[in-house]
Amino acid sequence: MHTLTAADFTGTRRLTRLALRRDRYTLAAWWAGLGLFVAATTAMFAQSLAQHEDLVRETQLVATNAGMRLLGLTSGPSVGGYLLHREYVTLAVLAALMSTFAVIRHTRQNEELGRTEILGSTVVGRYAGLAAGVLIAVAADVVLAVVLAAAIAVSGQPVEGALLAGASVAAVGLVWVGVAAVTCQLSSTTRGAAGIASGALGIAFALSGIGNMIGTVDEAGLTVTSAWPAWLSPIGWGQQTRPFGAAHWWPLLIAVAALGILLTIAVALASRRDVGRGLWPERRGHAQATRALLSPAGLVWRLQRSAFIGWAVALMMFGVIFGNLTEQIQGLEGHAKDWWTEAGGTDQIVDAYQVSIIQMAGMFVAIYLVQVLLRMRVDEIGGTLESVLASGVTRTRWLWGHLVNAIAGTVVLMVLFAVSMGLAAGQVLGNTGTQVRELVWAGLVQVPGILVVGAAVVAIICLVPRWSVPASWAVLLTTLVVGPMFGPGLNLPPWVQDLSPFTHSPKAPAAAVTAAPLLALAAACLGLAAAALVALRRRDLALPA
Amino acid sequence: MEEVFTSSAAALGNDAVVASGLVKDFGTTRALDQLDLTVHTGEVHGFLGPNGAGKTTTIRILLGLLRASGGRVTLLGGDPWRETAALHRRLAYVPGEVNLWPNLTGGEVIDLLAALRGGPVPSRRAELLDRFELDPTKQIRAYSKGNRQKVALVAAFASDVELYLLDEPTSGLDPLMETVFQDVVRAVRDRGCTVLLSSHILSEVEALCDRVTIIRNGRAAESGTFAELRHLTRTTVVVETAGSPAGLASLAEVHDPTIEGNKARFSVDSGDLNTVLERLVQYDVRSLTSTPPTLEELFLRHYGDQLDRSTVLEAV
Repeated sequence: MHTLTAADFTGTRRLTRLALRRDRYTLAAWWAGLGLFVAATTAMFAQSLAQHEDLVRETQLVATNAGMRLLGLTSGPSVGGYLLHREYVTLAVLAALMSTFAVIRHTRQNEELGRTEILGSTVVGRYAGLAAGVLIAVAADVVLAVVLAAAIAVSGQPVEGALLAGASVAAVGLVWVGVAAVTCQLSSTTRGAAGIASGALGIAFALSGIGNMIGTVDEAGLTVTSAWPAWLSPIGWGQQTRPFGAAHWWPLLIAVAALGILLTIAVALASRRDVGRGLWPERRGHAQATRALLSPAGLVWRLQRSAFIGWAVALMMFGVIFGNLTEQIQGLEGHAKDWWTEAGGTDQIVDAYQVSIIQMAGMFVAIYLVQVLLRMRVDEIGGTLESVLASGVTRTRWLWGHLVNAIAGTVVLMVLFAVSMGLAAGQVLGNTGTQVRELVWAGLVQVPGILVVGAAVVAIICLVPRWSVPASWAVLLTTLVVGPMFGPGLNLPPWVQDLSPFTHSPKAPAAAVTAAPLLALAAACLGLAAAALVALRRRDLALPA
Repeated sequence: MEEVFTSSAAALGNDAVVASGLVKDFGTTRALDQLDLTVHTGEVHGFLGPNGAGKTTTIRILLGLLRASGGRVTLLGGDPWRETAALHRRLAYVPGEVNLWPNLTGGEVIDLLAALRGGPVPSRRAELLDRFELDPTKQIRAYSKGNRQKVALVAAFASDVELYLLDEPTSGLDPLMETVFQDVVRAVRDRGCTVLLSSHILSEVEALCDRVTIIRNGRAAESGTFAELRHLTRTTVVVETAGSPAGLASLAEVHDPTIEGNKARFSVDSGDLNTVLERLVQYDVRSLTSTPPTLEELFLRHYGDQLDRSTVLEAV
């Protein structure tokens, strides 16, 4: 590696401006989305935990429960602290993803699509592209810190804590600016670079979660002291700032130092490789296709197989965790118990708990469904659809290939979640067989509701193809927000809550399953799918020029 | 053009592709404007035109991927929009921009596309991989543009079909592979297959095509065999005479004359050559060269009005 000179960064300012121009809506959407989410949920917790004894009881509950410790760290009773216990990990993961995507968009993706070649032939330094990507991502994290701080402070939480909370989320984003800068050098593809960075994120989550889980709780049962694995994880560093507790700023310095080290490594790696290549060799594959690949449905399965496996593993993991938690749930009293029984519509706390968890799993699977169905749009504008339709495949068969995978994937994911939750719950409660059977049935009756979201996405792709991506995610977000998870908490009028298919999904195992809502949901699916098919058969395809 | 159209209408039963009065609008933009195109069964038909003339749009309409806004189109005797899948079993297509699945290998894509069309032909697959020197174990993302094109070419030619639609299939191939491509096209023609070849490479078109259609601004500007097209184009004549041939300039048949002393250079429509030669004799011809239009000249004439004719001649 030669010594860096100013000439290596010539043109960075111009490229940063280009990056800013390309990202203005994308980054604004991240800031607005996360900011609104945090502002809304802070207000929600501020209201529901207004009584100090409620706050203490909820905090004790999540601090003394090993499963809940896995998902967040508690630092004493405060609304802000409870908010961070619930959301810090999610926010940190999303900030890391925002950073990762921003860096990759302006480095590896440019290279993969051949834009770097044309830029590199103009007067730009060797590392100007990397520098521009890093600058824009760092700036995005700084803005995110401010937005989150404002979102927390606006509902009356302490300003200093809000600022530290925003900064501790952004710190994880900053570390992943560095991680993505390194993975962009390792892998020669956008997907590969994003995949390695996401894998690192998964490890960081596991380390911080396990560190908190095996940590110790103080006598009041309100503050958790993490064990050493948490300190190996950037998410752990962010949690250790304890914004509404002891309030330390210094763990953020570790994150900044990590960013510096990772960027040094990235530059060192970049100087050792050719433009367009990665450091890791490309793998060879099969010279011939297996029979399973040779149909539209087989092709779709092959393309989404790895995403499915990732979702399956994650859902089974959460199934085990939530199943295990059944024991703590059984012992609940007072307000905490009321929350579950109201949501579940039954006095039986275990049944009520299982209803809520199964419905939540269904909403997660709906996210998977939107993700895989949007590949139809990628197929169309990416040009691969042209090759498929130019062979003997009809549009109907192509659509069917995607639908079969979507339906089968939904069913299998729900069953996997239900079985793992049932097995874990069976360990706690006994009668494993009954637990598994009841939960699988409860999971399966969620499927029609989930598929309504999928059918809506398909209809959007076929009817208003240009709006596929924003409209699909907007539909999903709406069904989640007005649905049974958040709708009652947000005091939405019943007719608005009725707009979500999840509101109509049966509350099994708490309540008996009736046919009418299931038939209505199935009819909605069929109607949307039929409209999609008619539109698809009539319209022009959006093919690349 | 009228003539070509009438004769093709008469031979409808023998034509692999018949498009007449084809119109395609994208919003307010008219991509195809009354296009006529006829490809006889068993011929290799060149499809030429400047970028953006509508070649790819035409082919996508033939494939039923786009719907024509007006006009009639018949492909292998059927309607490409209504009978899409049935017709596709009888044709193979190589797109101009080959977009494939980055994480599948070349071999997997070849098998997949052949299977979607209705069954692979293993013997020809191996032979074609060999001839195009393509490594089927690499992932698509690792191939260069030329190699991606080879994947599409092997997938197309390994299939037993009647009609090949090739949209600038060799733009990324090296000269050696270009030769292989030409051999393969000749082989499928010898089997009685029809080929519609959109191309920019004039030597390739001249070497392979029986007839060509030149398209410009969404219309067929010219269609026929090379001999017919040449016939429609002017011949360049350079003549040296004993006296000053200044009087030639006044002849209606003489175009773009340049006269210096006793030398003259002008162009003549092929049909007017006799008339002009008769008049030339009066000036006592010392030497005379007559150059039929080159292929490039033919195309440049149809591709762009903006090109000044003299510039064209110097360039050629």
